[in-house]
Amino acid sequence: MAGKIDVTEEMFAPAENNFLEAEKISRPTISYWNDVWRRLRANKLAMIGLVLIILLCLMAIFGPYMNGFTYYEQDFTKKNLEPNAEHWFGTDASGRDLFTRAWYGARISLFIGLMAALIDFVLGVVYGGISAISGGRTDNVMMRIAEVIYSIPYLLMVILIMVVLRPGIFPIIIAMTITGWIPMARLVRGQVLQLKENEYVQASKAAGAKLSWTLRKHLIPNSMGPILVNVTLTIPTAIFAEATLSFLGLGIQPPQASWGSLTSDALGSILIGNFYQLAIPAFLISLTMFAFNVLGDGLQDALDPKLRE
Amino acid sequence: MIMIRYILHRFMWAIITLWATITITFIIMHSIPGDPFAKEGTMTESMYENLQRYYNLDKPKIVQYVIYLKQVALLDFGPSIKSKTLTVNDYIEKGFPVSFHLGAQAMIIAIFFGLILGVIASLYRNRWPDYTSMIIAIIGISVPSFVLATLLINFLAVKWSFFPVATWKSWSHTVLPSIALAMMPLAYIARLMRTSMIEVLNQDYILTAKAKGLRKNAVIIKHAIRNALMPVVTVLGILTANVVTGSFVIEHIFGIPGIGEMFVKGIMNRDYPVILGSTVFYSAILIFLIFIVDVVYTWIDPRIKVTGASK
Amino acid sequence: MKSLLEVKNLRIDFKTYGGEVHAVRGVNFEVKRGETIGIVGESGCGKSVTAKAIMKLLASPPAQYKEGSITYNGIDLIEASEREMERIRGNEISMIFQDPMTSLNPTSKVGMQIMESVLKHNQMTRKKAYNLALDTLKLVGIPQPEKRMEQYPHEFSGGMRQRAMIAMALVCQPKLLIADEPTTALDVTIQAQILELMKDIQKQSETAIILITHDLGVVAEICDRVVVMYAGKVVESGTVLEIFQKPKHPYTKGLLKSVPRFDMDKSVPLAPIIGSPPDLFSPPKGCSFYPRCDYAMKICMEHDPDLEDVGDGQITACWLQHPMAKAMNVKKVINAGGGRTNDNY
Repeated sequence: MAGKIDVTEEMFAPAENNFLEAEKISRPTISYWNDVWRRLRANKLAMIGLVLIILLCLMAIFGPYMNGFTYYEQDFTKKNLEPNAEHWFGTDASGRDLFTRAWYGARISLFIGLMAALIDFVLGVVYGGISAISGGRTDNVMMRIAEVIYSIPYLLMVILIMVVLRPGIFPIIIAMTITGWIPMARLVRGQVLQLKENEYVQASKAAGAKLSWTLRKHLIPNSMGPILVNVTLTIPTAIFAEATLSFLGLGIQPPQASWGSLTSDALGSILIGNFYQLAIPAFLISLTMFAFNVLGDGLQDALDPKLRE
Repeated sequence: MIMIRYILHRFMWAIITLWATITITFIIMHSIPGDPFAKEGTMTESMYENLQRYYNLDKPKIVQYVIYLKQVALLDFGPSIKSKTLTVNDYIEKGFPVSFHLGAQAMIIAIFFGLILGVIASLYRNRWPDYTSMIIAIIGISVPSFVLATLLINFLAVKWSFFPVATWKSWSHTVLPSIALAMMPLAYIARLMRTSMIEVLNQDYILTAKAKGLRKNAVIIKHAIRNALMPVVTVLGILTANVVTGSFVIEHIFGIPGIGEMFVKGIMNRDYPVILGSTVFYSAILIFLIFIVDVVYTWIDPRIKVTGASK
Repeated sequence: MKSLLEVKNLRIDFKTYGGEVHAVRGVNFEVKRGETIGIVGESGCGKSVTAKAIMKLLASPPAQYKEGSITYNGIDLIEASEREMERIRGNEISMIFQDPMTSLNPTSKVGMQIMESVLKHNQMTRKKAYNLALDTLKLVGIPQPEKRMEQYPHEFSGGMRQRAMIAMALVCQPKLLIADEPTTALDVTIQAQILELMKDIQKQSETAIILITHDLGVVAEICDRVVVMYAGKVVESGTVLEIFQKPKHPYTKGLLKSVPRFDMDKSVPLAPIIGSPPDLFSPPKGCSFYPRCDYAMKICMEHDPDLEDVGDGQITACWLQHPMAKAMNVKKVINAGGGRTNDNY
């Protein structure tokens, strides 16, 4: 290159130099949550999941009122009708409108899923947080107790509790949260312990920050990620557990409906050829599980700094 | 020596967990409103006497509890309310081989195909084999086993008659229930193995292995897969628990005479001794399996031996 | 002496979300048989990328060879097939990595990890391979090698692991050993032992060594020649004596001045190089060191200097070496904005 350019004497004059210029970062900086959102948005599957969840929630709210039938009204002149202009998803063995029942079921299934996740979250944060902050012997005992409860098979316990309780929405939620909060408690404890040790938290303490500041600025934002993922993934687990319960006749009782009970009711009908009765709730359950799982996965990937490139 | 201490330590915890499970189960069963062991219309005098004898209903609750613990420790699960002649032990003896066969077959399918899918996905990251494997895995996780089971029955058995619809007679009867039961753990293993492989493939020692001039396949088989298997082994216990609890529903749908079906029938008939007995039996099996997985893990991961009982 | 490895005008880019990072932007150097060269520079200057590029261990994507050639013993490595590279890696050229804690497979016995290389490159019985591995462990100064062969990496200390890594790299008697910061992750006393070991290897074998480091002390200790890299480029190279006694490039001078030496007068403050290297996402148009340079001239902003011979094989890329600059007698500039204190950080 040196050969090609015309070198003049004045080019060798001293240059104004600015050291701050050298420090300037030429790459655009992106804040943490913006970056998470950007990566989540780039994940098509996760976005499909998010849109599906929104649609399912909207349908759970408005669906039961959309075609003028109620979920409990029976019409024995119109039993086992295939989907048609009047009954969009057909009718069941008691002549009830399946479209209304499917979305009414959505409401119950989603409500149970969300409530179970919420209660698990609250219990988990409280228990795990107390355990981690107390430390020492208390922490040890609390975690041992949690470990023992956790070793008891989840679904087995839920079933057992439901045998005792009267079937219904709230007993189901209680049964599911009695053992369901433990993974969250462990996660929260792990996060808090890890962060307590973390150098930036130590640095913030050393710099004289108050505990509330440390909590607000460091602990909560940094532990939110994995917890959020866990909540997202608890919802489908709870929906699945409810479906299994209903399937075993321990869940939602008629005339109420959930996706699990609709599938269970339809089981007998596939042998007489009414496959649609099974297909619709089965598809809706699967779709919901799919949506929450891909969103949870997407969140996990988006939050993992190791995957930042 | 440290190894033995570690195993003893884990074993002690397994026993404590089992005790806690039995206790909780006992408390739950005895908190049922109304007396579940009350003499009902269908119950004959001799059946009620059996119940009396086994559960010592005339004695205080705490005595009942201690005697019950002793009986369970001697593997005696007591009589059934609904059957005149059979005890819970008879049910378990009849049902266990069937359930074990089904569960083992499902676990083998899940592990084998799950690992293959996971490894393929990780090696072709963000290309079509990855997407295909992960779509299978997402379907496996999203579609509940009872939905999958009914779909399999509807198409492969009822419509196209490739397999028998239900019951448990020949090997062809075992195919559909095994697949239905295997799908969830298969999907889970595939996803975990993929993540684990991707992480391992980014480790420095993989670079070291490549720098030795090893062929790509040798690096993957000798160095990546073995290390990537570790997290999969740790969840095998929980996955087996899933397969076991999943088998309630699957056995019920396919009419398979295993313990799962006995458990579900027990629930439907409110046959409390059966429910109590099978819950305890299941928990014992699961806790034992998790204990085995723990021990196996320490055996295959050389790093654990030194840290020993500190876990 | 004939050159063993020759890197010419090597350019490597990494594709990322934001665009391309130009990690290596024209690197030239050669390694002769049996010689030890040091590649020095700050973190992120492209030294490690260059080392991995020689072994073709860069994952592609994101890495891309844009330009240039790497010639080993007459073989163009960039064009070489994967099969050919497998034959070369570990056998002709081997590599030691920075962190011995993560560079060994945790679930495989150390002995096996060494033997693996032998079995791959030689037609040899397991028994013979075992003996060779054992001898190599002895050579790198690992006591009780029979016992160590059967142990797992976590049973080794950091220094012992690095020795095992070195044994693994040397077991096939390669002609070139690339050591990527082999002492950085170790304690100071262990560092000295490892350096001592590398010096022994130098003496005993014909192996040429490329030592990648940011530690000038290490370079002075064992290298014959030094290549100084800055922002993905070679800015100066020469013999150790030349570089340490008459550095030409302001960056090399800066590096030397920023290292404390025991024979220094304590009242003289250390002179850090102010600022940090440019982001290789969009490197500056002219000389990449110009924003931090004490002698910056107008030409430096616009034009990137080429590497020029300044006598006896010492080469440097700096406009100060231009006859006109010499005629102008450029002095160190005190900048208008420049309080030259650490306040600038």
